[in-house]
Amino acid sequence: MTAPPTTPLLASDTTQVQPLGPGAATRILVLRNYVVYRDAWKLFITGFLEPVFYLLSIGIGVGALVEGFEVGGNEVSYATFVAPGMLAASAFNGALLDSTFNVFFKLKYVKLYDQMLATPLTTGDIARGEIAWGQLRGSSYAVMFLLVMLAMGLIESWWAVLALPAVLLIGFAFSAVCMAATTWMRNFQDFDKITLVQLPLFLFSATFFPVDTYSGPVRWVVECTPLYRGVVLCRELTTGAVSVASLVSVVYLLVMGVVGLLVVRRRLDRLLLT
Amino acid sequence: MTDSMITARGLRKKFRQNSGESFEAVKGIDLDVRKGEAFGLLGPNGAGKSSTMRMVASVSPISGGELRILGMDPAVDGPAIRGRLGVCPQEDNLDQELNVFDNLYIYGRYFGLPKQVVRERVVELLEFAKLTEKAKSKVEELSGGMKRRLTIARSLINRPDLLLLDEPTTGLDPQARHVLWDQLFRLKHAGVTLVLSTHYMDEAEQLCDRLVVMDKGVIVAEGAPLDLIRTHSTREVAELRFGAGEHADHAEVIGDLGERVEVLPDRLLVYTHDGEEVLAKTHERGLQPLATLVRRSTLEDVFLRLTGRTLVD
Repeated sequence: MTAPPTTPLLASDTTQVQPLGPGAATRILVLRNYVVYRDAWKLFITGFLEPVFYLLSIGIGVGALVEGFEVGGNEVSYATFVAPGMLAASAFNGALLDSTFNVFFKLKYVKLYDQMLATPLTTGDIARGEIAWGQLRGSSYAVMFLLVMLAMGLIESWWAVLALPAVLLIGFAFSAVCMAATTWMRNFQDFDKITLVQLPLFLFSATFFPVDTYSGPVRWVVECTPLYRGVVLCRELTTGAVSVASLVSVVYLLVMGVVGLLVVRRRLDRLLLT
Repeated sequence: MTDSMITARGLRKKFRQNSGESFEAVKGIDLDVRKGEAFGLLGPNGAGKSSTMRMVASVSPISGGELRILGMDPAVDGPAIRGRLGVCPQEDNLDQELNVFDNLYIYGRYFGLPKQVVRERVVELLEFAKLTEKAKSKVEELSGGMKRRLTIARSLINRPDLLLLDEPTTGLDPQARHVLWDQLFRLKHAGVTLVLSTHYMDEAEQLCDRLVVMDKGVIVAEGAPLDLIRTHSTREVAELRFGAGEHADHAEVIGDLGERVEVLPDRLLVYTHDGEEVLAKTHERGLQPLATLVRRSTLEDVFLRLTGRTLVD
């Protein structure tokens, strides 16, 4: 018989627990997700390549058949027009991945959030941490895509530097709203509804053709949808067509993200603190 | 007052059901758990044990009454209270996406403990849980007993003052249960206050200094296991098994042999000070049981006496 190990509670270290502030708690949740994906980084490759493929096939391929468009008074090539659309879409799709299926899995199946709530973490911490992770995942795709755009000469303006915070904002807005929607999902079949929204948003948010292709009320509807706001914001930044009107998109996405965050928090209270 | 770990007065928990009606799982209970003791909540499924545990764990808002954990109000100081609690839930909710080491490490970081401190504690706790060789394994590769040990190790990462264990050995084989009991004993000796809920009377008898027996949301008895047995039962129990359907009839024949007779679907329980004498007299009266057993009274008998039902159904 070996001697029994010393009881952990008798050890000399007496470090006291210090409940984390909101920022630190968010970082630890992001750390948790980072550790999960550290060894699964290959999963990120597909998410990164998808918009690149669209850019090559449609932006460059189909673009050979299409004349350029005018953006904010400047004539740009079709590839230059499509690329910022894909930039916004990559942040959108990336944010969606984690804030829908993965959140649902953690919430309903593996009870990960119940585990977290046994610690000093709060539902607000969980909401912020998970939304931040979805945001970072989406933005990481977008940042890599931005570098591809740079390498391919599809960036026309120094304003493009602000495309970085712009994709972070897009990631935040969609991560928050999608996580909020996920709290109402009952099973994996319910996610068909998300796909039903995701695909039209991707195709019709002035990603592949200008919004003035639409007429009348249809155009207004498109202009009010969130991915459209992200796409035009990115397009204005990478082509240099920035104006005061660009702030509309910024405020829109910011409000969307904050509302989503508040809803997520309330819903987690309701679902987990029973 | 500093010695009071948990104080509850008239504690209630109501749930709103989908039908719109409300269901009261805990109907006004009083609890006092003192520092360093092992306190048990004993009762069948649905008695309100888990609801009580969740309120004490400060994740479930109370519906009525008063509750103080470590002198604090869970509605106000939830994070501060949870920082000093260890919680071992009924279902293992380990992080399936992390390996064994990271399960402890990340959990420790949720408490705001510094990296280095957490790393040292993880090494120590893996040793305690006999999982050092499994540090890099995935959770799904562990056996049920290992998962439970990991969950308990995890609940110790913050050096809790109060450890809550909800049905800690449910679903474990006998050997794994004994390993776990041994670990809980060691924690108790180290001065940790334990609160555990269980529907196993042997577990309650083994581990608890004091316990409450719960049934249908209320406390039906309270005390040290042996005192409860002494108060509510006899020293010995004679168990007699007859053919199917004969138990009620035979109970009338031998009803006067003990202080009390319980008729269960598969056997008769005669409560007495001398079990062997009951068996002898049963034979004298011409009854031939298929099987007999004389044993000590247990908390199961106390529960049967108080509620008319068995614990495990």
